[in-house]
Amino acid sequence: MSKLKPSLWTLALVVFAIFPLIVTNPTFTTIAVFTLLFMACTTSWNMFSGYSGYVSLGSAIFYGCGAYTMALVSTHAHMAGGEAQFWLVPLAGLVAMVVAIPVGAVALRVRRHTFVVITIALFFVFQLLAINFSFTGGAAGISLPLIPWLFNYYNLPFYYVALGLVIFATLLSAGVRRSRFGLQLLAIRDDEDRALGLGVRVTAVKLTGFTMSAFTIGMAGALYAMFIGQIYPQFVFDPTFDITVALMAFFGGFGTLLGPLLGGLILESSQQYLTLTFTNGSLYLILFGVLFLLVILFMPQGIVVRVSQLWAQRNRRRETPLTPDAVAAMGVGH
Amino acid sequence: MNSSALIHALLDGVLTGSLYALMATGLTLIFGVMNIINIAQGILVILGAYLSYTLSVHFGIDLFAGLVITIPTLFLVGIVVERLFMARLKEPERTSMSILVTYAVALIIEGGLNMIYSINIVQLGAWYVDRSFRIFGLWIPYIYMFGFFLAVALLGALYFMLYRTRFGASIRASMADQTAAALIGINVKRVSTICFGLGVAVTAAGGMVYGATNAFNASTSYDLISRLLTIIVLGGMGSLGGALLAAIFMVTLGDVIAVVWSPIWSTPTFFFVLVIVLSLRPQGLFGKQSTRVA
Repeated sequence: MSKLKPSLWTLALVVFAIFPLIVTNPTFTTIAVFTLLFMACTTSWNMFSGYSGYVSLGSAIFYGCGAYTMALVSTHAHMAGGEAQFWLVPLAGLVAMVVAIPVGAVALRVRRHTFVVITIALFFVFQLLAINFSFTGGAAGISLPLIPWLFNYYNLPFYYVALGLVIFATLLSAGVRRSRFGLQLLAIRDDEDRALGLGVRVTAVKLTGFTMSAFTIGMAGALYAMFIGQIYPQFVFDPTFDITVALMAFFGGFGTLLGPLLGGLILESSQQYLTLTFTNGSLYLILFGVLFLLVILFMPQGIVVRVSQLWAQRNRRRETPLTPDAVAAMGVGH
Repeated sequence: MNSSALIHALLDGVLTGSLYALMATGLTLIFGVMNIINIAQGILVILGAYLSYTLSVHFGIDLFAGLVITIPTLFLVGIVVERLFMARLKEPERTSMSILVTYAVALIIEGGLNMIYSINIVQLGAWYVDRSFRIFGLWIPYIYMFGFFLAVALLGALYFMLYRTRFGASIRASMADQTAAALIGINVKRVSTICFGLGVAVTAAGGMVYGATNAFNASTSYDLISRLLTIIVLGGMGSLGGALLAAIFMVTLGDVIAVVWSPIWSTPTFFFVLVIVLSLRPQGLFGKQSTRVA
């Protein structure tokens, strides 16, 4: 597990805080908002899946529920588009958590690989429901209240709220990692039966972790809906969202704190940039798939772990080579 | 609701269910032997359908005759995917990793198919797709009957191989216990590769009949794979008989729901049944109780 010094975290935070003040081009700030949303989602996903080893491919359920909460409440309450809508973001997170309880209760009855399959199946249930129910507006989607902000200003509030989500998700994830609860999740990843034998209430711990991770993802979904202004069931309940979040976490470093943040930052910003450059969606799918394969097959621990390994190797090489004399001098010889 | 519609739905369910049984058996074979979940199975079915499409539209080869080409082609695709990617996966987390890797393979194939065939929806054509025959006062398109016979023949061949030949015995031994199988001299690596090839090869037949009975494009694969996954989880992961029964049961149920209630609810029913069954039997209908893996 690689550690970053507090000063570097602060520096990173300052850079993120002043970024939209320096780069004012709306194209880039839009990319930045999406990037922050994915950083928050990936960190939150990793807080459950990375720590417990239960890879969920159903995170779009919570993203979609968050987006629909925002869309339905703001349209039915006839809210004027604007700052007031931000109050719905935590509400959407809570709705996602409430949805996560039955979803988790069903999916977590089984062990790891069946869990993955069931999260995929449950995801499709939600997508179908969103398309088929009448209150969701069906396949035509929902238009949210128009936000009357100026073109140059529009991205700015979203950027800072999204940054807030990233900070929240990171602090939560770090807090969980250091807590007794986090250790229980890690124990489940290492050996679930042994953890059970040692008195960890595995079912309760898994369900709590799963539900907690839904909160930020739901909030991100709500922010996305508000940002885009129009949602469709197939775009908020999107199977590629499930897999993208997992890929970002694996790319950065599965189960680490920094990994998902870096994975989201690098992959989402480059992906947004690529989609702007190559508008061909099929080519993008192929590139994405190839990248995914390379990461899983050649860097399964992610860049954070890989880079720190290389760093350690380099440092070791710079130290005095271990000749028999040197070993004797250190007093570890016999 | 009239009873002839219900009988029609039941008949239809059994006929198409056999096809899903074939595709799900491929998935189960791969999972049973290798502990790998092949998410690409859905897109491979579509690949099989598109291959048949190309052969019939551009070369004028009959759909069933074309299987002589498409089945070996997909067998080879399976072998290549296994050698290139699956063989490299390492414990721990091999199963979870396999899901991600095969998902990535699926995305690449989906992108490729979209580029070659565009996203316009197509359907396979032949005389037996358009014509129907009368049975019990019901009109059934010939393709449903032919597809059923094909699925039964291939499943029969597969089961004969599994239960009556030496190679089949080594497959079943590898499914039961890889280490023990290796100890008695079975080349588990080779068995795994061939099983993956076989599991993928059945999608050629499945895809051809699927493409003749449904309009499809590359994104149809999401619906297919979610149904197939539901079937194998419901039947009990790694249980061949379970996959067979679950496929027939689920597809029939889906068709009956479509008649009794509305076609919109036929796919969601799939998942609701899954949720109910798993709440009662987490290991699926015919699955073994999950045991501790050291």
